[in-house]
This record gives sequence, C-alpha cells and structure tokens, in this order.
Amino acid sequence: MALFVLQRLLQSIAVLFAVSIAIFLAVYSVGNPADLLVPPDATQAERAAMIARLGLDRPVWAQYLTFLGNALQGDLGTSFVHGRPALSLILSRMPATFELVFWALAIASAIGIPIGLWIGLNDGTRTARAAMTGSILGYSIPSFWKGMVLILIFAVWLQWLPAAGRGETVSLLGIPLSFLTLDGLRHMTLPVVNLAIPNIALMIRLTAAGAAEAVHQDYVRFARAKGVRPKRIVRRHVLRNILIPIVTVLGVEFGSLIAFSTITETVFAWPGMGRLLITSIYQLDRPVVVAYVMLVTFIFVAVNLLVDFTYAALDPRVKLVENMG
Amino acid sequence: MTDNSPVLDMRGLRTVFHDAAGAWPAVDGIDLTVHRGEVLGLVGESGSGKSVAGFSILGLIDPPGEITDGQVTFRGQDLRRLDEEGLRRLRGAELAMIFQDPLTTLNPVLTIGEQMVEAITEHADVAPAEARRRAAESLEKVGITSPRARLDQYPHEFSGGMRQRVAIATALLNNPALIIADEPTTALDVTIQGQIIAEMQRLQAESGAALIWISHDLGVVAELADRIAVMYAGRIVETGSTDEVLDRPRHPYTKGLLESVPGDAPPGQGLRQVPGAAPPLSARPVGCPFHPRCDRATEICRREEPARDADPSGRSWLCHHPLDDGAAA
Repeated sequence: MALFVLQRLLQSIAVLFAVSIAIFLAVYSVGNPADLLVPPDATQAERAAMIARLGLDRPVWAQYLTFLGNALQGDLGTSFVHGRPALSLILSRMPATFELVFWALAIASAIGIPIGLWIGLNDGTRTARAAMTGSILGYSIPSFWKGMVLILIFAVWLQWLPAAGRGETVSLLGIPLSFLTLDGLRHMTLPVVNLAIPNIALMIRLTAAGAAEAVHQDYVRFARAKGVRPKRIVRRHVLRNILIPIVTVLGVEFGSLIAFSTITETVFAWPGMGRLLITSIYQLDRPVVVAYVMLVTFIFVAVNLLVDFTYAALDPRVKLVENMG
Repeated sequence: MTDNSPVLDMRGLRTVFHDAAGAWPAVDGIDLTVHRGEVLGLVGESGSGKSVAGFSILGLIDPPGEITDGQVTFRGQDLRRLDEEGLRRLRGAELAMIFQDPLTTLNPVLTIGEQMVEAITEHADVAPAEARRRAAESLEKVGITSPRARLDQYPHEFSGGMRQRVAIATALLNNPALIIADEPTTALDVTIQGQIIAEMQRLQAESGAALIWISHDLGVVAELADRIAVMYAGRIVETGSTDEVLDRPRHPYTKGLLESVPGDAPPGQGLRQVPGAAPPLSARPVGCPFHPRCDRATEICRREEPARDADPSGRSWLCHHPLDDGAAA
C-alpha cells in the first residue's frame, strides 16, 4: 500500500515534468508576447529593456530552467499582464469554477443515476428505449449553442434569470461562494444547467447500460431466489456493482470540467478559471497559461489517484498493488 | 396436511419462450411430484428444459419466457395463483434453489455475511446479530471452518467448491421444505463434486427436505435420487423409481443415456452415445420429438406424438415402441 502510493507519486511527478516541457515549448511557439505587451509608441530602447526585464531575450532552454527552478520552489511565474503571481491569479478564480462544476455533477448524478437505473431495469420497453435515444441529444448538442438558447429563453424572453456574472457571493472560510445567496443562486442556475445537461445524459446512459447488464447476472437471480425484495436487490446488488464505472467517469468528468468549462464560462461571463485561460492565451500571457496547464495536470493526477482509492473501497477484488512490471 | 401428501405436485406445466416468430415451449406440459424427504432426479441433455422447469417452480421466469399453463401445488398452495410478493415470501424460505455456477451466484461486491443474513432478514424480523449467528451455524454445517471470520470475506476469497458450499448453506438457512438444485456440481472438479454430493445427501437426510436434483449426469443422479424423471424436448419421456429406470429403461432415450455413462463402457472401446443432438426450441420435429435420433423409430413415430403409458408401479413413459420390461437389465 505504502509502496503503491510512493509509486503513484513518482509517476505523477514524471507526468508533471513531461507536461511542463511540452507546454513550455508550445507556448513559446505561439507568438512573441512582447508584440502585445510593449506599447506601440515605445522606443527601441524601451522595448529592449522590457523584453530583458521579462527575460524574453534569453534562449528557450534558459527560460525553461529558470521556470523549473522557480516552480520547484512553488513559484509558477508572474503574469505579464496582471503583474501578480500566476498561480494565485488562477487560484483566485478557482472557487467560481469549482462551484459550477460541483453543482453540475451533483445534479447530473442526482438526476441521471435514478433515471438510468429505471431505464436499465425496464430494459427493452418502449419508454426505456425512447429515453435512451433522447439522452443522446443531451450530450450531442454543442455547449455554446445550448448556452445561448438557455440565455435566449430564460434571460431574454422570460427574463427569469440573469445571463451573466456570478452575482452576490458570500465568503465561507475565505472562499467566495455564490450558492449561499439568492442572487448568486439565480446567477448560477443557467451555467450549472448548461454544464449539467450533457453529464445527466452521460450518467443516464452509463447507469442504464450497467443496470441492464447487472439484472441478468446470476447473483441477481440468486438474490431473487433467496426472496430478497426488489428494492433491496436494486439498491444493494445492482447499484453496488455499477458504482465502479460511475465513479470513474465522475472523476474524469470532474477533472475535465474544472479544466475546460471554458465555453460555458465564456458564454455566461462566469469569472472562473476557464475564462482566465482564454484571455491569457489571447494576450500571450505565457506564465498564466503555463501555470494553468500545470495546475490542471496536477488536478487530473490527483483525481485519478482518488478514483483508484475509491475503487478499492467499492470493489473488494481490487487491491492497490504496486506494479512490478 | 398428512405426511403422504406431496410437498410439490406439478400438473401440466408449460413454459414458453416468445420471439418474433411465435411462442416456443421449453417445458411442454410436465407432471412432477415430490414427497417429503424424497430426492427426485430430473435428468436431460442441455436444452431439454430441465432448468427452465426448476425455475418455473419458483416463478423465476422472465420475459420473453412465460409460464402459460399448469398447476404448481406446493404444500397445498397453488403457486401460479400467487402474486410476485407472495412468491417472494416463499422463495428462499420454504422453497430454496441452488444454482449451477458458484462463481457467478454470489454477488462479488458484498460480503458472504451480508448475502446470507439478507436471506434471513428479508423473511423474518430477526436481529442482525442473531441472523449472523444462524449464518455462521449454517456455514459450519456445510463444512466451512472458522465460519464467523468467513462471514466477513468476499466471494473471491473462496474457491469454487467453497462458494457452492456457501450457496448451499444459504439455501438451507430457513429450513426449506423443498430444495431445487440446478446442476450444482457441474461446474466443479470431480473430487469436489463427490464431496458436495455427499454433503447434500447428508444435509437433506437430516432436514427431511424434499430435493429436486437437476442434472445431465445420470451417474450423479443414480447415486442420489429415489426417483428419476428423464426429460427430452420439454417433456418427461420416462419416470419411475431410480432402480427400475436404471435397470429396466422403457424409453430408448433413457437407454441411450445409460449407455453413454462412461463408467459402464469396456476399456479401449469407444464411448456409446445418443446420436445427434437435442432439437432446438424452434425446430422440434413432428410426431415423437426423439424419432430422428431413435433406432426404433417407425412411421407412426414420425406422424403422431406418443401418449403416456404407465404400469401399476407408477412408472410411465412416452414411446410408441417402448423397450421390453427387463430388456436392458
């Protein structure tokens, strides 16, 4: 077990290291930030001074080594544009994104898993097949279009909900949160729904497929032959067995939504990490982009580790064993 | 209820499977009777309908399957008139079943203890500690050592034979009046097979439960059963006491099965077998369903289904040209 953790940590460090090289080279090749940062009326000397101050005159490997050295001490660079440490800039946007993703996935699970179970248990009936087909729509409709339609209906026509921003926030343990105020909730509703819809569909399909398979397993039949009530069969025998893929997908979705809810955040002008990434790319704010990718990689690695641990808790056959190969 | 009224009395049971082309009878009007303390061997090839017959008794037939006809009287109660909840109350309580493959019978993510305890608590208001005590006791009865510790383990921590013992212990928890064992030793090693059969014999004798042992293996059934019913293509083609059926088979199919038991073949000689294969549900021949494989078949066999014939001892068979009494002794 201890060896397993150690091995996974070493793997994680290797992944972070590889990603850092890739992203550094990628960002370097996108364009020269000096072109955007230096005012057009600056003299040649002023321009040169600025480039030197930002370290952009040094060769790429030298820049990378400086970055690596600083990164090992927890400093992922300072934003060219904002003049603040990139990491703290990103982290300040994180609660907003986190809140959005958390509620979107909570809603997706709360709605998707029961519906999926129902479909799986009524496999083959007309309603079940219709629901299964309908769920394809849920994740096929592009996010930006769905977001705009939501705005059009609920913000423009009906004028029930605001279309943009986070609304009023309340600070809980120093973290600003929207869901604790009515105004914040109203602002959250549309972006959360927009993020939740494809995930509801995903949960439905995943749960339905798993349940439809599980109900035909011998252990379900044996439970019935033991006289176990249908409710208990579903809750203990079926659901326990299909939780494993559900947890995996939730983990992966959590990571990718934190990292890439960019479109939803852009459409709803939600001040989260995704929007920061987009603006930083436009402004060639290299340190922010690099720090962002590093952070996202870290989150993915951490979530995957967490999913592995959850496996072991859910499936007694899974033992966390170090890979000797 | 007097002692000689049967535990289970089944009349004309018919279970069909529906598909786009129609309804195919997997079990085509069979009669079965089992008394207290009796072991009935239900024998047949794969696809003969023997497992479907077993599941039909418990009412565990899912669509596209459907029980369409017949009476299943269990301890004086017609099971076909019971609703799902009524059947559930009987299943696992008075009417227990053991499945073929112990590797898939137990839920892999729940402890043995939970899976045994639920078989008790779903039927009676028993405190969890008491239910656990009974579960451990039952495990001990089937020869599992340190049963209390084993209750907290998961199925994958048991071998195949041990898992089948767990399934048997689970089936015995509520002292059922009838146990249906659907090929419970088929998936096991031969040595384990013998142990499980001996174990079942002992437990059944102790509890006085009636036992229906479903098997394709006449050898196994010969060891265990008081009476034998041979199934072919959804019907019971021959039934009678074990000794009589084995010593003097009347139906050519029974004789064929007996001759294909490997133990009886002289060494060095090829094994006898019944030529051909059991017809699929959708292609049962007209007339006697066995005629294409039967060396005694004549014109009438291809045209007409045989009617049931019986002798005074309670033996009966379905054949136009039954073997003579004593022909194969």
